[in-house]
Amino acid sequence: MAAIPKPEELANISFRPPGRKWMDTKPEFKEGTHCHAAAPKWLEWLDYPFPRSWSTYDEDWKLPKNWKEIFLVGFNDRLNKYRSLRLFMDICVRCGACADKCQFFLGTGDPKNMPVLRAELMRSLYRRYHTTAGKILGRLAGARELTEDVVKELYYYLYQCSECRRCSAFCPYGIDMADITILGRELLSSIGLGIEWAMASVGSCFKIGSHIGSPPHAFKDMLEFFADECEVVTGIRPRVPVNEKGHEILFIMPSGDYFADPGTFNCMGYLLLFEYLDLDYTISTFAAEGGNFGYFISHEMGKRLNAKFYAEAKRLGVKWILGGECGHMWRVINQYMDTWNGPADFLEEPVSPITGTKFENAKSTKMVHICEFTADLIKHGKLNLDPSRNAHIVLTFHDSCNPARAMGLLEEPRYIIKNVLPPGHFYEMPENTIREKNFCCGSGSGFNADEYLPIRLRGGFPRASAVRYVHEKYGVNHVGMICAIDRAVFPPLMDYWVPGVDITGIHELVGNALVFPGERERVVDLRKRPLKGKEKEAEKFLEEVM
Amino acid sequence: MTRMDLQGFLSEKRHLVLERWLNLIFETYPPETARFLKREKDRFANPVAYEFHEGIKGIYEALLYGMEPDRVSYFLDRVISIRAIQDFLPSGALTFIFLLKTAIRKELEKEIREKGVPEELLEIESRIDGLALLCFDVYMRRREKLYELRVDEVKRRVSGLLRMAGLVVDLDQKNNKEVKANEF
Ligand code: SF4
Ligand code: SF4
Repeated sequence: MAAIPKPEELANISFRPPGRKWMDTKPEFKEGTHCHAAAPKWLEWLDYPFPRSWSTYDEDWKLPKNWKEIFLVGFNDRLNKYRSLRLFMDICVRCGACADKCQFFLGTGDPKNMPVLRAELMRSLYRRYHTTAGKILGRLAGARELTEDVVKELYYYLYQCSECRRCSAFCPYGIDMADITILGRELLSSIGLGIEWAMASVGSCFKIGSHIGSPPHAFKDMLEFFADECEVVTGIRPRVPVNEKGHEILFIMPSGDYFADPGTFNCMGYLLLFEYLDLDYTISTFAAEGGNFGYFISHEMGKRLNAKFYAEAKRLGVKWILGGECGHMWRVINQYMDTWNGPADFLEEPVSPITGTKFENAKSTKMVHICEFTADLIKHGKLNLDPSRNAHIVLTFHDSCNPARAMGLLEEPRYIIKNVLPPGHFYEMPENTIREKNFCCGSGSGFNADEYLPIRLRGGFPRASAVRYVHEKYGVNHVGMICAIDRAVFPPLMDYWVPGVDITGIHELVGNALVFPGERERVVDLRKRPLKGKEKEAEKFLEEVM
Repeated sequence: MTRMDLQGFLSEKRHLVLERWLNLIFETYPPETARFLKREKDRFANPVAYEFHEGIKGIYEALLYGMEPDRVSYFLDRVISIRAIQDFLPSGALTFIFLLKTAIRKELEKEIREKGVPEELLEIESRIDGLALLCFDVYMRRREKLYELRVDEVKRRVSGLLRMAGLVVDLDQKNNKEVKANEF
């Protein structure tokens, strides 16, 4: 038995873990450090290879016999197909600029979450199988054999990268770690390795209609319920056009907006806005999911889910598509949709029916972000807004990774915020944590699984730390965001790190501020919380309606 | 060395002890991480180091001058909230408090070598043991919070539907018990 150290020896104890070479440190699959394995059912639904029951906790992951060959051939194919991948494998000069920029490194303290090391997991294979030095010198040249342990390591760390691209914003060569992660995950799924949360969402979206697997009538019921709720609060019951043909616009939102709080209040905001404008639009229960978890698994799966947008737009005969507050949906639209499923020649270049503004940026995809749409309305003075109805809210804005870094949507949400909040109610977080340098929520790219909460809290800590700063300094009590994953994962993140800070979508704030002709006097907000200065009336009102 | 002497000594050497302690805590992480934690001084670029630093400043003050338990717990929590969800066993997560003993002894190395362990040091060390007991409470609260969040999250995920069915009205209200965790 080892001796218990005597107190006088304490001064000499080193708690420092041994500085082992990274290749020799294997990840330990403990509860809370990784996402669980995908059940075979989803893979069967999607015609994905090698459906089987397996567990990350088992030694044997039941890989197919020829897994190594499939992986290496797939790697080779992708290197030939995507010149960017080969470039990313070749050009890293190990300057280290990205090393400390990943929130997962900052929160976990695990060096393999440094983007440069995360890429090295793949790069070491590239060297071994695709460079002469690596083939001859092996480990000396930073190359290594593909083994089952390496595959497990890839599974562990590629699913600790939320594909947020923060690191690439700091890389002098623009090496995109998210792209490396995406292609690495593709290779993993080609040998039957996927995570339950993402696969279940994709399976449900593909077969039933949305990530949460709600059938069309449940979606419609929810929308009707929101319309009722809007009526209670405002006296106005917005229309809920569902699957109607012949309208000008198809509106697509992430399922988080009609299924889970606080996104649901955002959905009420959309409905009110469209009613106010008397917008000629429809919602589809078949393009019932703006998000695209398929893209977290493979390009091919992303393409299959995305195709529903255009198919529905065609079937319903609309002219263009308006998209809600979603995160990765916009990365897919901005960077992939046109090449995957475009060109959508049967649609028209989007023009706002209210202001006449041509959305030239959407010329090709025919799809406009609701923040662009609303900011344009405000700019043209088309909305009657009463910011005092948001006076109970002191807001900071979290730039969601995808709209911020993949489409540069930085000003529009801020412009809306400033118009729907009273002056002095909006505070930015510190400069190195917002806009294109924003910290990720720590849960993007399929990480919302509850077994993964500890990692999400670690990855989300840098974000939360900046929120805590504005909370303590300016009394910020809400974080605004334009992403459904954010709205789903921020509540626990705040509850753990900055209790007392609530979450809101931006169109919920618009819905609160929007003044309808003939509306009832508002005494509560869309969540039925009393408006500032109307507490007494609100109490009475709530007694009546509840 | 009198009691006042040691207290005065530790108060005077505050910065040195704190720096040593902080570095010892950093070294519970792998070397590459420890290097980063020491190097980066921007609090937003290095939030873990910042929290640790703020936490141990308060804890050190509590050690020397005493403090209300709630207030001490607040400072302990600034360190423990992070380590409770990182990849540590409970013992590893709470090692940091015992490293304060190491840091102090290092600072007193010369005196100890020359004059032996001063009696007052034992007193200070037993105060650290007292803090360690508080650490267990704070740690447990954080772990409980983690489980509570998991339950809340499952509820929130379907909250829209539950609200529609009139089952759950307000997730903000902590005491809302209409739906129990085991019903999912
Ligand atoms: S999570 Fe973001 S910052 Fe970290 S490696 Fe992935 S893309 Fe880079
Ligand atoms: S910043 Fe770019 S070049 Fe520098 S280490 Fe990171 S990936 Fe390599």
